[in-house]
Amino acid sequence: MLRYDSSGKPFIIIRDQDQKERLTGSEARKANILAAMTVANLMKTSIGPLGMDKILVDQDGEVTATNDGATILKNMQVENPIAKLLVELSQGQDDEIGDGTTSVVVFAGALLEESLSLLEKGIHPSKISEGYEKACDIAVQHLISICDKIEFDKEDCSSLIKAAKTSLGSKIVNQYTDKIAKISVEAVLAVADLERKDVRFDLIKLEGKTGGTLGQTELIDGIIIPKNFSHPQMPKQIKNAKIAILTCPFEPPKPKTGHKLDIDSVKKYKELLEIEQNYFKKMTDLVKKSGATVVLCQWGFDDEANHLLLQKELPAVRWVSGTDIELIAIATGARIVPRFSELTPKKLGKAGMVTEKSLGTTDEKMIVIEKCSNTKTVTILVKGGNKMVVEEGKRSIHDALCVTRNLIKDNRIVYGGGAVEISCSVALNKASKEIKGIEQYSIRAFSQALLSVPIALASNSGLNSLEAVSEIQLKQMKEEKPFFGIDCLSKGTSNMKEQNVFDTLRGKIQQFLLATQMAKMILKIDDIIRPTGQY
Amino acid sequence: MSEAYQPARILNQGSTQEKAEGARLSNFVGAIALSDLISTTLGPKGMDKILQSPSNLLDSTITNDGATILGSIQISNPAAKILIEISKVQDDEIGDGTTSVVVLAGELLKEAEKLIHKRIHPQTIIKGFRLAKNIAIKKLREIAQDHSENEEDLKKYLKKIAMTIFSTKILTPYKSIFADLAVESILRLKGSTNLESIQILKKTGGLLKESYIEEGFVLDKKLGVGQPKRIENAKILVANTSMDYDKIKIFGSRVVVNSSSKLAEIEEEEKKKMLRKCQKIVDHGINVFINRQLIYNLPEQFFTDHGVVSIEHADFAGIERLSLVTGGEIVSTFDHPELVTLGTAKVIEEIMIGEDKLIRFSGCKEPSACTIVLRGSSKQILDEAERSLHDGLAVLSQMVKNPKTVLGAGCTEIIMAQAIEEAAKETSGKIQIAMESFARALTRIPIIIASNAGYDAEQLVSELKTSHYKGNTTFGVDVMEGKVCDVQKLGIIESFLVKQGMLLKASEATEMILRVDHIMSSAPRRRGMN
Repeated sequence: MLRYDSSGKPFIIIRDQDQKERLTGSEARKANILAAMTVANLMKTSIGPLGMDKILVDQDGEVTATNDGATILKNMQVENPIAKLLVELSQGQDDEIGDGTTSVVVFAGALLEESLSLLEKGIHPSKISEGYEKACDIAVQHLISICDKIEFDKEDCSSLIKAAKTSLGSKIVNQYTDKIAKISVEAVLAVADLERKDVRFDLIKLEGKTGGTLGQTELIDGIIIPKNFSHPQMPKQIKNAKIAILTCPFEPPKPKTGHKLDIDSVKKYKELLEIEQNYFKKMTDLVKKSGATVVLCQWGFDDEANHLLLQKELPAVRWVSGTDIELIAIATGARIVPRFSELTPKKLGKAGMVTEKSLGTTDEKMIVIEKCSNTKTVTILVKGGNKMVVEEGKRSIHDALCVTRNLIKDNRIVYGGGAVEISCSVALNKASKEIKGIEQYSIRAFSQALLSVPIALASNSGLNSLEAVSEIQLKQMKEEKPFFGIDCLSKGTSNMKEQNVFDTLRGKIQQFLLATQMAKMILKIDDIIRPTGQY
Repeated sequence: MSEAYQPARILNQGSTQEKAEGARLSNFVGAIALSDLISTTLGPKGMDKILQSPSNLLDSTITNDGATILGSIQISNPAAKILIEISKVQDDEIGDGTTSVVVLAGELLKEAEKLIHKRIHPQTIIKGFRLAKNIAIKKLREIAQDHSENEEDLKKYLKKIAMTIFSTKILTPYKSIFADLAVESILRLKGSTNLESIQILKKTGGLLKESYIEEGFVLDKKLGVGQPKRIENAKILVANTSMDYDKIKIFGSRVVVNSSSKLAEIEEEEKKKMLRKCQKIVDHGINVFINRQLIYNLPEQFFTDHGVVSIEHADFAGIERLSLVTGGEIVSTFDHPELVTLGTAKVIEEIMIGEDKLIRFSGCKEPSACTIVLRGSSKQILDEAERSLHDGLAVLSQMVKNPKTVLGAGCTEIIMAQAIEEAAKETSGKIQIAMESFARALTRIPIIIASNAGYDAEQLVSELKTSHYKGNTTFGVDVMEGKVCDVQKLGIIESFLVKQGMLLKASEATEMILRVDHIMSSAPRRRGMN
């Protein structure tokens, strides 16, 4: 990149120019699009109930096997800036909706792929962007026009379970979908506020445990903390527990200001000794006096304090993690107490039952807090044959929880199995005919890109993808019904309404918007400057 | 051609990725290599492995235990890591079958590899495998015999199971002795699965067969100097407190003096403090004091003078066990003797095992407590014996809860395989082929066991299959004689739970590996970065 002044001397515009390389104009665009397509192609095989998993090995050699788009991309250690954008795209979908993290990336990749041929035709990228913007608007309008509403209440949640099942269908848990979908929905309903259409996710805890199979996953009405009572002889079960939650250690205080305490006479020595012993007594007395029957502490206990707690019949748990403490405080209505002196009976939480349970032949113990008084809190205990299965199970359940929550917030749905994408694509094709100018091309490209998801779905299911998709297109046009999709599991019908495969409207709209935004952003880039020898 | 058309690299430098066939191949190779490695240890005539730790070449372990072998080899292949993980979980959950679970998963993957060469989609294979697994589990439940009703019967079966487990281990020559030891100690637990109260004590010297069960609890410690070597009707205080020098735990305190006389005064005060503490301890009306931490000479002297026997430095596990068996609570403060529950034991005495002096607590409050003293000529033998015994105890303790048994010696595998084959005939489509493969993988287990014993395995197992078809469904391979015979008569039975765990875990892991079509590995963390 050189410019010359009037005397013919070059200006240097970019520092260390010789060590950087630069791509401009269409080359830059193509390089970017190619990078995005690489990522999208990588994800394509994970779509749908017969999609495949990926193994990710992290820097320390730990293995993760997963089907979750966001998790794959997050752990991929991507370096290319465009690929990083896609990682964030999927992250955005995950944060907002929690499901559809793979499809959004595949769709964005397809949009860019289509724009490649438009660029070759000589259409200006900003024109393409405008067209995409318009197409996205039309698609969203169409989505809203074809959506269905599902009805449910606390008693009849069968429709929610069906939605959760669609989400779980593509994951490793799919042989137990019935059970796990039910658990997920029950968990969400337990903490949901249907009137306000709000779900507090922090009241659902996912706890993993190796051993058994995924089918033994269970919903526990209460909270599990992977800890045990601090003294082996404390009672293992406490009924109608009053819980004191402390964030101060059972140890003599450590003032934060630097100080020294000099012992220079026997008298002082005796005094200090007395003070020390009184500390422990006072602490346990204060706890006892408040009427607590169970003590949960974020910090450790001194041996002597521990014994005093035992003597006072105060079962206690030490080193409880901060998040657990908060959750328990919410659930039992307890106040988190930072100082012993501030402990009052009012600040105690209540729970119907606190038990210590052991599992398997190893002595791993868990504390279960059930029937909490204040807010409903539930824990899903995920079991599985190995660590990776448990982790993947947790991720899958998280997705199902998200879907259920979204439906509670907004009960409008669209049909899955590629049905909506095909329907939107058909609608866009129709609409494009009435639009003048170059935009028509980009709208058509958008409609083509929409088909990428059903195509990937069909090819992952071992069908002749193009044939299957065009067949559905025809069928939808003929019967003018938006619920025909790809029959991935060879159930013999392409009617997704019958197969009960559906997604949330919110999730779909979000997918379209995010992917379009991303495509537009990447199309706008026309210059890449980078140090040589990088990627 | 401009650079824009070159394939874009999107991953970090040093990261690698394997796709589709490549990924699958790498998974299969890794998992199968691992299962082949360990398959030679399967069965009564399986071989052992020496494991040498990389840091200390003198420290080696000789073992036959699958979980131990897999736990100590270092593997970078992700699929192999999954197999190691399932073996570990099987060990945690049930205790035995850690080798067979990996071997079965390996065989399943071998079969799956063949199917993929035939262009069958992995998801179809998974479907077939799932179906086959469900049939196998159903069949397994059907043929399992429940022995919960009759206690005498149960004992007999427990012994048989223990014999079957031990027959694949170093304890084979004395399996009857060890089976008795294991059954006796398990029955003392009376249905609890808490193996904590069974202590295994290893003492080099003597022979394996001289191992015995010691009533009560044996602590590998010595009594204080000049104290009686036998205490009857002991009242025990189990404590966790510092008896060396008891510093004041107030933050920032230190001793500053300006003359040696003052120092002496403070020292005197410290001594007094310690003696006061000792007095408080003695006031509990005890005659035995056991502490987790060290006991210095001064307090020990005091205890001796007051007729209290003191035992110092019993480690953490020791203290917990002691409190469990003697029924005493672990005490750290001594101001309220009336609130403290003391432990009791009829007799505490010093005994000799080999050259070593140990302390035995008998007639404890908790009758389930016992100690199995293992004797053997070397550390390696003792370690391996302990592992084997632990496997046996773990399985037996689960058995007491769920006393279902199935026949061993390859009989159960054949029954399950044949049930799958039957069902496959009625299933149409490619799933059928996958189911047949599952059945074949199951029959590989007896084949491996027989070939490890040096017989013409294929021949034997095909004979076995024929006899099953003829209706002799209790037949299996007798690896000692090298022929097909009635397993029921031989008394080779195994725990239902072990078999079920093996099937479930192996098929879950196989499914997981089969579902993968892409492996992305990050560059290993560079050393010195953090």
